[in-house]
Amino acid sequence: MAVGTQYLAEQQPKLSTTSLVLGAIAIAALIAAPFFFYPVFLMSILCFALFACAFNLLIGYVGLLSFGHAAFFGGAAYYTAHAVKVWGLEPLTGILFGAAGAAAMGLIIGFIAIRRQGIYFAMITLALSQMFAFICLQVPFTHGEDGIQGVPRGHLLGIIDLNQPLSMYYVTLAIFLFGVFAVWRIVNSPFGNILKAIRENERRAVSLGYRVDRYKLGAFVMSAALAGLAGGTKAIVFQFATLTDVQWQMSGEVILMTLLGGIGTMIGPIVGAGLVIALQNYLASSQFPVTVLIGIIFVICVLLFRRGIVGEILELMKRKPKGNV
Amino acid sequence: MVSTQPILSATGLTMEFRGFVAVKDVTLSVNEGTIHALIGPNGAGKTTVFNLLTKFLTPTRGQISFRGNDITGLKPAEVARLGLVRSFQISAVFPHLTVLDNVRVALQRPKNLATQFWLPFSSLSVLDDRALELIDAVNLSAYAHLTASELSYGRKRALEIATTLALDPAMLLLDEPMAGMGHEDIGRIADLIRRVAKNRTVLMVEHNLNVVADLCDRVTVLARGEILSDGSYATVSADPRVREAYMGTEHE
Repeated sequence: MAVGTQYLAEQQPKLSTTSLVLGAIAIAALIAAPFFFYPVFLMSILCFALFACAFNLLIGYVGLLSFGHAAFFGGAAYYTAHAVKVWGLEPLTGILFGAAGAAAMGLIIGFIAIRRQGIYFAMITLALSQMFAFICLQVPFTHGEDGIQGVPRGHLLGIIDLNQPLSMYYVTLAIFLFGVFAVWRIVNSPFGNILKAIRENERRAVSLGYRVDRYKLGAFVMSAALAGLAGGTKAIVFQFATLTDVQWQMSGEVILMTLLGGIGTMIGPIVGAGLVIALQNYLASSQFPVTVLIGIIFVICVLLFRRGIVGEILELMKRKPKGNV
Repeated sequence: MVSTQPILSATGLTMEFRGFVAVKDVTLSVNEGTIHALIGPNGAGKTTVFNLLTKFLTPTRGQISFRGNDITGLKPAEVARLGLVRSFQISAVFPHLTVLDNVRVALQRPKNLATQFWLPFSSLSVLDDRALELIDAVNLSAYAHLTASELSYGRKRALEIATTLALDPAMLLLDEPMAGMGHEDIGRIADLIRRVAKNRTVLMVEHNLNVVADLCDRVTVLARGEILSDGSYATVSADPRVREAYMGTEHE
């Protein structure tokens, strides 16, 4: 039974003391970070990290590869930007409005795509998000190629001035932490247990009476809403929303971030987003073409460490003699 | 115990796949409280019949009724909710979940604890007593906290049965519950099936004719998608057509 007890400790998603301490250190580091790094750079990482976490909720815990998540991220950025700039909404309300818009889109796109599996699911999400990108190019409120520029950051709840970089940073950090906690809670909940069961053996879940399409759609909408939360926040941070965020390259980028960090791990997507954004930032001033390097990293990742950076580390840590009883 | 009231009946079931008739005009009724076997040579269409009865396939023609309700147009999840629950030929567990979690997944739906995405995982512990009881019933108590993939084949089948029983179904459909099992495991699973059938109906596909003779009240023989014979084991085993169908194949 010694083996069993040891396994129990690994399997149960209770927070161990070690992970609590590590989490506390990470949060402390994030709080101190703007004194050492450029806040806009950090906020960019936080937005993309949350986006990647939202994407990971779907691929890592339901096993659905969406190739159209840019529609939720970029769509929410447009909604938030429009609501804040044109309607004069308070920034947090604007961000929540963006997330709600993304959730509504998730409901529609998910409803159509969820009926198919594997590559077909990916293709349908890609097609629908491309359709959305085209709509964004055509409709007047997005201002086509220009995008929505000059979005005011305003005052959070009418009190905190978000034009102060530090205030903006801590608000972004709070939203990020909320989003990551939401993903963690969803994954480690009664609902999450069913999601895992569906990922493991869908037919068996059906034979136990679960209407699996509803669970998948639920997860899809939650993932879209959280991606929207990230997109809306980004629109406030950078004060604009453009076509870049709704195009398929963005969907590809979030896949890369998640894959690089580790699909199905809690912090993998955060690490992956950090690396990709840092690389892009670092190489932006050099002559080296970023896309080539990103492509090379992608190939190396697929060939050598498929579990991603965090995934491989976790695997090394828990490697133990295997055998059936 | 054995009643003559049919709990499940199928009339004129036919399944065609692009011109190939896998199941042809099968009329079958399973009486409440019995253990009913579906046997036949390989390729006879037994698993297809199972898939039709549990709605994993939609019949080209024919009608199915369960406890007096027409279930022909229902989806598989709905059929399961009515109390007609199946197992699969290849062992159907959730491999990376623990034994305990496997059973809890089945308990979550009937206990309305499946959609709460805001509750902590520990809220599932209210299901532990019942889950451990079921795990104990299939002699897996010592392995409750192992992941299912670590279990031997026979124990995986036992776990599958515990998971199915968690739904407390009126009727169980077991697709080759003893396939690929050693002698010892077969005896254990046969005992288990006999125990759970005390207050349920069981329909099982099985190749091991000794098990069928020993366990089942009634046997339906299927060959080339059609019903060849139906009755007690003694009746069907004496049927010359059944002997002919099995001739030259794996049995005798």
